[in-house]
Amino acid sequence: MTRTPLRPLARILHARNAGENPDTIERENLRLRHEVMRDKARGRAQLRLIFLALSFFSAFTVIGARMGTLAATEPVEPRTASVGNQIEASRADIVDRNGRVLATNMLTHALYVQTRDLIDPARVAKALATIFPDLDEATLLRRFTDGRSFLWVRKVLSPEQVQLVHEIGDPGLLFGPREMRLYPNGTLAAHVLGGASFGNEGVNSAEVIGTAGLEKFMDDRLRDPAQAGTPLVTSLDLTVQAAVEEVLGAGITMMNAKGGAAILMNVDTGEIVALAAGPTFDPNDRPNNPTSGDPSDSVLFNRAVQGIYELGSTFKIFAAAQAIDLGLLTPETMVDANAPMIWGKHRIKEFENHNYGPLLSVSDVIAKSSNVGTAHIALLIGGVRQQAFFKAMGLFDASPVELVEARGAKPLRPARWPDIVTITTAYGHGMSGSPLNLASAYATIANGGIKVTPTLLKRSEPMRGERVISEQTAAQAVGMLRRVVTEGTASLAEVPGYAVAGKTGTADKTMKGGGYYKDKVVNTFASVFPANDPKYVLIVTLDEPVEMTGPKPRRTAGWTAVPVAAEIIRRAAPLLGMRPQVEPQPLDGLTAVSN
Amino acid sequence: MRPVLYVLSFLAVMALGFWAYRENYTTQAAQREVTDLQNEIAGLREALTIQRAEWAYLNRPDRLRQLATLNFDRLGLLPMEPQQFGTAQRVAMPPPPLATDLMPGLDIEAPQSVSGSLEAEQTP
Repeated sequence: MTRTPLRPLARILHARNAGENPDTIERENLRLRHEVMRDKARGRAQLRLIFLALSFFSAFTVIGARMGTLAATEPVEPRTASVGNQIEASRADIVDRNGRVLATNMLTHALYVQTRDLIDPARVAKALATIFPDLDEATLLRRFTDGRSFLWVRKVLSPEQVQLVHEIGDPGLLFGPREMRLYPNGTLAAHVLGGASFGNEGVNSAEVIGTAGLEKFMDDRLRDPAQAGTPLVTSLDLTVQAAVEEVLGAGITMMNAKGGAAILMNVDTGEIVALAAGPTFDPNDRPNNPTSGDPSDSVLFNRAVQGIYELGSTFKIFAAAQAIDLGLLTPETMVDANAPMIWGKHRIKEFENHNYGPLLSVSDVIAKSSNVGTAHIALLIGGVRQQAFFKAMGLFDASPVELVEARGAKPLRPARWPDIVTITTAYGHGMSGSPLNLASAYATIANGGIKVTPTLLKRSEPMRGERVISEQTAAQAVGMLRRVVTEGTASLAEVPGYAVAGKTGTADKTMKGGGYYKDKVVNTFASVFPANDPKYVLIVTLDEPVEMTGPKPRRTAGWTAVPVAAEIIRRAAPLLGMRPQVEPQPLDGLTAVSN
Repeated sequence: MRPVLYVLSFLAVMALGFWAYRENYTTQAAQREVTDLQNEIAGLREALTIQRAEWAYLNRPDRLRQLATLNFDRLGLLPMEPQQFGTAQRVAMPPPPLATDLMPGLDIEAPQSVSGSLEAEQTP
């Protein structure tokens, strides 16, 4: 670029001749040069601004257009990204420990009506009333014509009904797909599974939500889309559960009981292999919750978990085990069992006013189920230590099992704990718990004294809980329980080859207002088998049973719950793969200690 | 030189346009096929679920028990009992094999010709 000089010689000379100041020429030229530079810079800056504005404009246009198209178009699944894109059922299946289906889904249809599209409402109402006998023609017609535009008719249709509705051929009748929860085994394990129903409903889909039992407790897991393909594996064994339910049902009928419960639990892992409660219901067609009357009379009432009963003499082994563990007694120690025992204004009597005294060994106290003997053992332990022991055994808290019903079934315990409560709770009166609480406590003894937490989900590793009693005490306690069967009140529980050990319990039912019924009892048999190496705990509870084959009605557990439990063990043990074994002779004390 | 370059590039644009046109349609066809296959998979999966449910329904313990009772004279099925466990010792050993089985074609009734020599028995 050619630079114009600031002081052009020709003009300067000319100005000097004219007597003017040549500096004005220089200033003038400098001003002009600066003006040119300024104009150039301004032009460039304006160009930049326009470019920037254009960039922003196009960027915002692109974003805006994209947003507009996204908002305006129908959502579609990405079709090209098909690898690993699985179309699965919306709710995971529930299977038993061997993978057999307990709950699954089935695709059905719901029927709804767009009344504006109906051609002949009267004919449609008539045809629908013939297909579904529970619908009323007049009501349907009134609903079709009262001005509403949309109407649900049925939530679930069978394929035959879908075909019949198709054949009506009215464009106002429409179907929405529905995923229905199906329990193929009918009433089997109904109280464990609970049931499911529809939550929020739309035309194209409806959410299935659990309403009770495992379905409700594990609702989040079952509805998790990430885990929809993997079924929930429970600890139940379908065949064992079926056998237990069959025997329990027969037992309830034969013993004229109002209901019953049976729990079969693995003592090493705390897995519940079978949990049955009777009477039962069909979860495919779950009845509504009762709104009036006693909830425990409903078929929905899970006696194994919700039934809070005084569990009677089954508690005696806890007092004996604790006293032995504290080193206060040995199974051979003689204790005072002189009945009746007077404590303050209370008289502690034995069953049918027997007197097993004056002295009885601890082992015989359990075998003969002596209230007085147990009372003396409990007084030896004292209330504070007794409460701590019950707490450690989990008898004061609601069972942590995976059922929603369990949370609400908190055992009832007396608010104050004077000596008379120490005495009565030792033989299972004045304190209530569910059969499942009892099952965990017995499993704790059978598991060598390590606390067992019950579960309904498959678990492979053994329990690693806190130790409640020593292994030696646990073995001695099981030995005492074995004597109850061989020589004591539960002689009908003997199943050859399975060395059943257990304790009977008979408790009068409590009245609503307080006090006890004379002829209404709850019979419980808590058992452990085989005694030489405990593998399973079985609790059988019968509600208001009475055995009528004898000359007078018999209401003790030895006559009602025990034979039912024995039959369950006879049927279930082979199914659990347990081979009958010759019971080893009990070791003498010296060898047992050295081992 | 330059006109040749122009012609060549024009031809290249034509070829690329043709290629892009074909690719577009193949992609659309592939997407339709993927959709069809996914629908088919969904249908089969649904059928599988229903068949699994049906299998569970047909094998429910109640029904099997009823069937075992109905067909008792043919099958003779009863619930499993503890005494049905056996031990390996109670299984009979198989009978010793017969000579005829070991050497097929041998007639043990007929006289056999034997030749050869036996070593003399040593006497002390």
